[in-house]
Amino acid sequence: MTPRTLFEKVWDAHVVKPSGDGPALLYVDLHLVHEVTSPQAFDGLRLAGRRVRRPERTTATVDHNVSTGDRALPIADATSATQVATLSRNAREFGVELFDLDSPGQGIVHVIGPELGLSRPGMIIVCGDSHTSTHGAFGALAFGIGTSEVEHVLATQCIVQSRPRTMEVRFEGLPGAGVGAKDLVLALIARIGTAGATGHVIEYTGAAIRALSMEGRMTVCNMSIEAGARAGMVAPDETTFAYLEGRDRAPAGDAWTAAVCRWRSLDTDPGARYDREIVIDAADLSPQVTWGTSPGMTTDITGRVPDPAAAATAAERESLTRALEYMGLRAGTQLEGLAVDRVFIGSCTNGRIEDLREAAEVARGRRVASTVRAMVVPGSKRVKAVAEREGLDRIFADAGFEWRNPGCSMCLGMNEDILGPGERCASTSNRNFEGRQGRGGRTHLMSPAMAVAAAVEGRLVDVRQLLKSVAILS
Amino acid sequence: MQPFVRHTGRIAALQRANVDTDQIIPKQFLKRVERTGFGPSLFYDWRYLGDGRPHPAFELNRPSARGATILVAGPNFGCGSSREHAPWALGEYGFRAIVAPSFADIFYGNCCQNGLLPVVLSETEVNDLFRRAEAAGDAGYQLTIDLEAQRVSAPDGFTARFDIEPYRRDMLLQGLDEIGLTLREEANITEFERRLDALERGSA
Ligand code: SF4
Repeated sequence: MTPRTLFEKVWDAHVVKPSGDGPALLYVDLHLVHEVTSPQAFDGLRLAGRRVRRPERTTATVDHNVSTGDRALPIADATSATQVATLSRNAREFGVELFDLDSPGQGIVHVIGPELGLSRPGMIIVCGDSHTSTHGAFGALAFGIGTSEVEHVLATQCIVQSRPRTMEVRFEGLPGAGVGAKDLVLALIARIGTAGATGHVIEYTGAAIRALSMEGRMTVCNMSIEAGARAGMVAPDETTFAYLEGRDRAPAGDAWTAAVCRWRSLDTDPGARYDREIVIDAADLSPQVTWGTSPGMTTDITGRVPDPAAAATAAERESLTRALEYMGLRAGTQLEGLAVDRVFIGSCTNGRIEDLREAAEVARGRRVASTVRAMVVPGSKRVKAVAEREGLDRIFADAGFEWRNPGCSMCLGMNEDILGPGERCASTSNRNFEGRQGRGGRTHLMSPAMAVAAAVEGRLVDVRQLLKSVAILS
Repeated sequence: MQPFVRHTGRIAALQRANVDTDQIIPKQFLKRVERTGFGPSLFYDWRYLGDGRPHPAFELNRPSARGATILVAGPNFGCGSSREHAPWALGEYGFRAIVAPSFADIFYGNCCQNGLLPVVLSETEVNDLFRRAEAAGDAGYQLTIDLEAQRVSAPDGFTARFDIEPYRRDMLLQGLDEIGLTLREEANITEFERRLDALERGSA
């Protein structure tokens, strides 16, 4: 048999009806649903008199516009409250399991799928959300869909897809201290651009990926969409199995043994070919930080804001000039030392327990600068509970961080967590688009460790300097 | 879905790259539970001044773009979130087609699902359109998009061919409902489920 990639194996196993040159009809193992992109889909079903074909393969939660403040209070914004109530009503009517605000399983949709053990190797997973690529960390093919497709999956448990091309991104070597998963993926986007992987599914390989925890792999896969990719994937290995074993919804007993046996065969075969290959030396990387209004506008923390005058084309010059104007930055400015007003630690990119551990490690025994308002928003209630068991909440609180309730929060500012005009934010989220965190707000994306370092110093700094002083002190 | 066969209309030139869906429809307008009501919020942060008046410098507010039904934009249009509210807003505003050198994948699919035709032309062709539109001034520039012939043309002689997957083309031409088509595969889906469920139970 011809050698196949991980992607090809998962794709082939889900073809319901082969289609020659046209798009394939693929079966969806797991459909995740949230309040913002689903109401019109359920409405469509109702209008057509259709049912949810496999409710037990559908899981819903509320995350995008829930408050991260006091949960005893009703949602202040009436339209947000309607959206949350609409999802409850739809879940009840169509028999779909919902992790609502009162449920201990509530959280950001891309955090709870993995932690419940719902997201597993070899699956096709979809959700009306572009960061569905996160679940590819398990060796699943996971991608975001629009609301019409949400309705299609609800009604048929299938999705119509044209076969994407494949791209291998190999991170060779191991990154140094203070450089992690977020830096790997930001460096990739800086290198290939925000449309660099359009039409492709990325498979991440190499020693640096193998060495990552599941949380780190999820961070990398999560941001595949910022490189334009349809999905990102990592072949499952012992790290994957160890993460999944014993989780609520993971198979158990004989079914577990059989599943692991199947999952082991998913790895890309020796000699299999990708349509494109990119190699990045992880050992060479510094902590990354974005300076502009697109995730591709990224550089080393030791770098400077580029000069639009040096751009290759007029269009590029135009877009750089616009970005610098929006960000309130001048060409040539050193990124290190740039004062920040806000710090946000959370989101489906960096709101998992490992991320909070990494952040707490830097925050321990330090104080948030008096000029900064900093918040930590756990990705889910479970993450919050584990963090509290480990005492991370105390470390953050002692350092002057706000410790909040789970949700998307300031990743997109659909609730009350937003930046004011002109406020500069060190953020662990995934998008630095104009106005993403609030109209006129200026976002710099970076790792949790870097964000904490910025909170403590009140300006962008190279976390490696802080780590160095820790090493000297201890 | 409204079919798309052939359309003639004025263009709005939005000469910007990487226009993301957060710009097309900012998040504060995503809270509606209906498919309608998004048109007035299209490009909200660019389109209006802080006090709610139209921003005179924004491309869509220029006299040349009045009544435009075709949006011409830079590469990687529609990147970012999967929100279908973006094509809904564009459609409700009055656009029937978008012409750009490239689109983000999810956005491209979402447009097709809503009868909003995404047309990929080369960067040279799109830049040529920008120049012609600029030269036409306030009078505006008219374009005809013929999906059947996969051709874009204008009275001044501009002409270009575009590619689209045959499947998408058929859906758009006939205004087909994808769910209805898939449900015809009931027997195949049921057979697939039988095998999958057995496998997951560990009895296969
Ligand atoms: S955390 Fe941000 S990126 Fe992730 S699902 Fe929520 S809004 Fe989307």
